[in-house]
Amino acid sequence: MFRPIADLAASGALSFTFDGRPMTARAGDTVAAALLVNGITACRETPVSDTPRAPYCLMGVCFDCLVVIDGIGNRQGCLVPLAEGMRIETQHGRRHLTEASE
Amino acid sequence: MTPIASIEQLDESYDLLVVGAGPAGLSAAARAAELGLSILLADENPAPGGQIYRAVTTTPVKNRAILGEDYWRGADIVARFERSKAVYAPRCTVWSIGPDETAPGAFELGLSLDGKARIIGAKQVILATGAQERPFPIPGWTLPGVMTAGAAQIALKSAGAIPSGRTVIAGCGPLLYLLAGQLAAAGCQIAAVLDTTPSANRSKALGAIPDFLRSPYLAKGLKLMLTARRKLRFVSGVTSLTATGEGKLASVQFEQNGRTGTLACDTLLLHQGVIPSVNFSNAAGCAHDFDTEQHAWVPRVDAWFGSTVPGIAIAGDGAGIGGAESAALRGEIAAFGAASRLGKLNEAERDRQATPVRAELDKKLRGRRFLDLLYKPAPQFLAPPRDETIVCRCEEVTAGQIRDAAKRLGVTGPNQMKAFLRCGMGPCQGRLCGPTVVELIAETRGTTPAETGYYRLRPPIKPVTLAELAALPQTEASVKAVIR
Amino acid sequence: MSTIPREPDVAVIGGGVVGGAIALGLARNGAKVAILDEGDTAFRASRGNFALVWVQSKGFGMPDYALWSRRSADSWHELATALAGETGIDVAHSQPGGFMLCLSEEELDKRVDAMRRLHNSRPLTDFPYEVLDHAETKRRLPAIGKDVVGSLYSPLDGHVNSLKLFRALREATVRRGVDYRPNSPVETIVPKDGGFAITGPWGEMRAGKVVLCAGLGNARLAPMVGLDAPVKPSKGQIIVTEKTEPFLHNPMVTVRQTDEGGVMIGDSQEDRGFDTVVGQPILSTMAERAVKMFPRLAGLNVVRTWSALRVMSPDGFPIYDQSETHPGAFVVTCHSGVTLAANHALTLAPAILSGTLPDSVASFTARRFHVPAHS
Repeated sequence: MFRPIADLAASGALSFTFDGRPMTARAGDTVAAALLVNGITACRETPVSDTPRAPYCLMGVCFDCLVVIDGIGNRQGCLVPLAEGMRIETQHGRRHLTEASE
Repeated sequence: MTPIASIEQLDESYDLLVVGAGPAGLSAAARAAELGLSILLADENPAPGGQIYRAVTTTPVKNRAILGEDYWRGADIVARFERSKAVYAPRCTVWSIGPDETAPGAFELGLSLDGKARIIGAKQVILATGAQERPFPIPGWTLPGVMTAGAAQIALKSAGAIPSGRTVIAGCGPLLYLLAGQLAAAGCQIAAVLDTTPSANRSKALGAIPDFLRSPYLAKGLKLMLTARRKLRFVSGVTSLTATGEGKLASVQFEQNGRTGTLACDTLLLHQGVIPSVNFSNAAGCAHDFDTEQHAWVPRVDAWFGSTVPGIAIAGDGAGIGGAESAALRGEIAAFGAASRLGKLNEAERDRQATPVRAELDKKLRGRRFLDLLYKPAPQFLAPPRDETIVCRCEEVTAGQIRDAAKRLGVTGPNQMKAFLRCGMGPCQGRLCGPTVVELIAETRGTTPAETGYYRLRPPIKPVTLAELAALPQTEASVKAVIR
Repeated sequence: MSTIPREPDVAVIGGGVVGGAIALGLARNGAKVAILDEGDTAFRASRGNFALVWVQSKGFGMPDYALWSRRSADSWHELATALAGETGIDVAHSQPGGFMLCLSEEELDKRVDAMRRLHNSRPLTDFPYEVLDHAETKRRLPAIGKDVVGSLYSPLDGHVNSLKLFRALREATVRRGVDYRPNSPVETIVPKDGGFAITGPWGEMRAGKVVLCAGLGNARLAPMVGLDAPVKPSKGQIIVTEKTEPFLHNPMVTVRQTDEGGVMIGDSQEDRGFDTVVGQPILSTMAERAVKMFPRLAGLNVVRTWSALRVMSPDGFPIYDQSETHPGAFVVTCHSGVTLAANHALTLAPAILSGTLPDSVASFTARRFHVPAHS
């Protein structure tokens, strides 16, 4: 879990939800950073053994920060800038497919 | 510099495509643009800087003392790039590279931005994809709460965020001390720094001391280490680490001089140096050699950082670890090389202009060998001794399974291991397991990493969707090869 | 460099799926076996195949190949059960019936025509297949897209996890005491004292019998023992996606979901020598067709692509032979090592041990290529 340091440059706050819970974070944060500062421990469960994982490298290498963003699964939270109103969800195991793409 | 917001804004092709907006990529792009080349710099992050100068133009951290003067130097590199005529594609992944079959010697690269892919041509390519932290497989390293030291540094630089509870920093290497200092300055509660630097390394590094004494690392390094040691609980000679917890990290156990200690903590930050990020150069077909001093696979490059694939150069830490300042200089030299190959600079002029840059580079690299030798990771952190340690985080393959296959099933290399155990087949494409798998095979079979080899990687280097692939141009030949 | 203390009854050259299946069959019948294999970067069709156990559409021009494929598919359950018993590895074999989806009337007509001609040439009638229109295909495979005009279906087709098969064969042979030797490329094979002397940079091995299962390497090795294996590489590219929830039980000839959840998409065929570079236009053609077949795949991330080399004889059918000049030397080569694994382990290996190949494989001799130069 992370917290903002004492003296931060002013920035607008963005609202988003994580698994339906309303949260806010700094404009300019990535999705992964936004989850960390909101005290989220784990952002996904692995497809192999359903064990919880959290962001590990924050630089696009490890693929442990995978989350569902606005309905699209397995996105790297550390590479996606947070946007107002984003719907972020835990990635439960394997990617879920929808017929939406038809 | 012209930033682009959608992939449609890109031209069909450029003289030079630079991948990565760290110091090497920014400097290469700026220099090449100054030499009159048309440049596209593509980078997957939202802002320039790479990892070392991460978010240098956008960081919310106001107190300059927290990140230190070295960090802010990155602003000049970004500013020079911004003044150049290069095109800049942030949040854009480059996922493939291959020869342009219609233009011998040129390349076609697959780029993606906001879910749309395009194939962009380039006469020359400079890979400035930098470094990644060396995998640090210990029991429990997959628990939420365990992260890399680099991750904590990125959170601090780009989001002004620090671990909120008790934090333990463990491992070795200059970045470990730098991070400890930065986090402490930012107000983080650091329970301890567990230093795993093997004491035997000191004597091995002795021979490299004369150079080190004349290097820029000396003053900086000493200052970092002294600050960290003075302010923090410092445990040296740590030989074993285990992270434990149910569903998340609760504590870290360590061994020092045969004694065991336990520290309750909320965050464990691991680091044992950085290694070149080879996924791109490997997939591009460039030859790599195992560098025994850096203990890592390094692409084979010439004096202009040209790889063994003509037209592809590799600048910065991706061509061997040298640090941010040397990366910027190596980017410049790679740009001279590319410009000369494109006929924009004759060889005499290229050599003349590069001479002072090379002199500066030599100075910056002086002392590097000392650091490589001093901070070479201990064998037990390269090849985890405990069988239950997860090695491949994606497919959850353990050290015990890998050793067993190497020993009993006659698996002599990582590609066969991948086929048998799926290590390296997950989304990270071997980035977090490759070095460890090689190490375990070499150890089990009594060979060396150099003899063991590395994964043969293929595109996509970064994820791309089937829809994106499907929307790209096809050829008569490709249709014929598939519909039979 | 080293002398080999143990002399095997049979030396199998090549440690892929073909060599592994033959070696397992030999060892199960009591033979002392050694496998001489290359190293980590060898061309290995066993690491790059599509994992189908496929019967429909096979054997045009050689009805015996249809029979041989059918026989292996029928025995596959026995092989899978044996492997599970010997190793504990479930190779995820199933035979739910396979589809060949067609995206245009022209494609469908071509496939149907080929299938009819194949069946007219067959001596047997017991090869059930159906031609299905869009509606019927959709009824059986609700996930298909509107661009699928129809399909061919055969209940005989199935699939496995071919990487698990590869590992299970290694595990089973090692457990049965087969001497597996990696990094042991074979340079020469010399008939000697009623057996064979095999040499490489690693030293020399003597064996009573030798079986060439070296894939593309057989072309070079076969003439050393009076055999002929004129095989050439045929490049194939494959895409695999991230793991997704189960949605496709049956194999398609170019799309299948593995037991682990990834979706494999094939396959191309190119004559590019030994080049194994992956090319974007072909990947795009394969991806576009897969998304038309199953639109829900569109958003899936590709995690890997690869290309591998099929081992193709001039007519595409296997080559099974015993040397006439040097009895005891055999060649076993084909491009369907997964489909035929059951036959190789359960039928061919015991025959090799007995010294006589069965009549059922008589048509697969390389002598079929030796047509007179002038007519």
